[in-house]
Amino acid sequence: MTQPTILLALPSAHARVDEVRNSSLELITLARSLGRVDVVTMGAPSTEVLALLGLYDVEAVHQAALPTAVPEEQQRVTSNLAAVMVAAARKVHADVLLLPNGFAFKEIGAVAALRLKAGLVTDAAGVRWDAPGVLHVAKRVFGGTWDTVAEVRTDPAVVTVQANTVVAEPVGVGVGGVGVGAGGAGIPRVEALLVDLPPCAVTVKSREVSRKDEGRPDLEEASVVVAGGRGVNGDFGPVEELADVLGGAVGATRDAVFEGWFDRYIGQTGVTVAPAVYVAAGISGMPHHVSGITGSGQILAVNNDSDAPIFEMSDFGVVGDLAAVLPQAAETIRAWRAGREG
Amino acid sequence: MRVLVLVKYVPEITSDRVMDSGRLVRDPAVGLMNELDEHAVEAALQLVEALPDEDARESSQIIALTVAPSTGDMAIKKAYQMGAERGIRVTDDAFAGLDYHGTAAVLAAAVRRLGSDDEGPIDVVLCGLTALDGLGSVIPAMLAEELGWPQLTHSRAVALGADGRSLNTTRETEESVEELTAPLPAVVSVTDAANEPRMPNFKRIMAARTKAVEEWSAADVEPFLEDFAPRVSVVDAAVHPPRVAGDVVVDRGEGGTVLANYLIEKGLV
Repeated sequence: MTQPTILLALPSAHARVDEVRNSSLELITLARSLGRVDVVTMGAPSTEVLALLGLYDVEAVHQAALPTAVPEEQQRVTSNLAAVMVAAARKVHADVLLLPNGFAFKEIGAVAALRLKAGLVTDAAGVRWDAPGVLHVAKRVFGGTWDTVAEVRTDPAVVTVQANTVVAEPVGVGVGGVGVGAGGAGIPRVEALLVDLPPCAVTVKSREVSRKDEGRPDLEEASVVVAGGRGVNGDFGPVEELADVLGGAVGATRDAVFEGWFDRYIGQTGVTVAPAVYVAAGISGMPHHVSGITGSGQILAVNNDSDAPIFEMSDFGVVGDLAAVLPQAAETIRAWRAGREG
Repeated sequence: MRVLVLVKYVPEITSDRVMDSGRLVRDPAVGLMNELDEHAVEAALQLVEALPDEDARESSQIIALTVAPSTGDMAIKKAYQMGAERGIRVTDDAFAGLDYHGTAAVLAAAVRRLGSDDEGPIDVVLCGLTALDGLGSVIPAMLAEELGWPQLTHSRAVALGADGRSLNTTRETEESVEELTAPLPAVVSVTDAANEPRMPNFKRIMAARTKAVEEWSAADVEPFLEDFAPRVSVVDAAVHPPRVAGDVVVDRGEGGTVLANYLIEKGLV
């Protein structure tokens, strides 16, 4: 069997692709373990982006060329983005399509899967070939209580993958940290991808790109998340301070968001996170919230109620006032770093 | 206006979920209608109630549909309590263990069958954002694609257009907020921010008890059903080892330092 071709979508908020999200680098790293890697973009990649993709051994970039009559916001309708993935999959004879796991990309993958008559698995926590043409996809289901393996034999298979499933690694790293890119294929070539759009009855009247948390990693893909619940009593200052010291993202519970204290919540109907470190501050550990964090590595909790259920699933807990504990933790880490540098 | 609402019975979130042969075993004692489906039923009720013409309101019909074993009736009954007037459960051994594609195909067949009766076409299919058991959130998009209808998913606001033949929605995802419009018929999914589901009144609760649920078998939808063979199969399922509670210390003025040291010692800083 020839080497399988793995196709993945490279998300970009704007027309020009001038950054590669860490979640995309993870996806490429995973894809590389399955076969040769091609990526699809909606816009022109910058020189820096191409160089980075080269370090990750990406073979080719397929830049979608949509009919010029289609305005930019209209290009982002699910049906049209699915058409782009379908066109690319057919062009490169992809064996597997990998997409990030956000709500929008899950729908794009789902519609593309139907058009390609492909099997679809969402929320993957691992992907490997069981045998040539037989893909095994691991996922955690039912609030993290069960591990399942799904088998897909269709050609292609479509899989959406959770962030932090693998650690992003360029090719050639590992030998004393030198020789970065040594095994890479060089700069990937850029090819135009001609896309015929099927009729689409949905019209976008306006589109506003969501404001990202300035200077912090995206909540979905951060390796450290510090989150606040009802116990923060409206003041996210201590939560943000610790998050920033740890280089992490800030999250919240649904209650805290409905109180108007923060804008995005983690949980069953919100964002699912799987960071290496999750710090729950003033969060009791209700099922809704907990089901969104079960994929986390270390779970740490700070709560003034020693009976809070969050302690039952935490690797380490502090019973105390978060307004005192979090700033002290941040200060201790700053002092430790300063001591190490001095 | 004829509105179809997709509803699903799901296990209660804190219950011990049991899997057999890669499928979830649904225990009727520990379940309820998928909480997010309440927002879909509410959105359907509000769409009908907002019709300017009284005759149009009176002649409107809200139908709840589920593809499930008999436990699915609990979801239909909840929809009855809120105000749905017809409920259909599609049940057949042939439909056990459907994957995403199979589920969307069977739902599409049921929509086509309803649209072919003499009560007029289905104008809107309303769905919750996701089912809280599987959390896939892809069925609304796939159903729209199967039907060839526009999809207006992840809606935090839904309103009938001024022409009465289109829908305007506000779609919110992690990427963007969009104002969308599409002609009817359309598939819509709503978030939990779309509305506040109404509490059923006593009269409706009593009426729902005795109101029958129509049962359809594979034979009833087969003339409208295209390929629904599974494309994905679960080959392994195992209980994930539960998390074990670690140390908990009580802060006596040094709690933050202890927390920081834990992170430092684990090499996580």
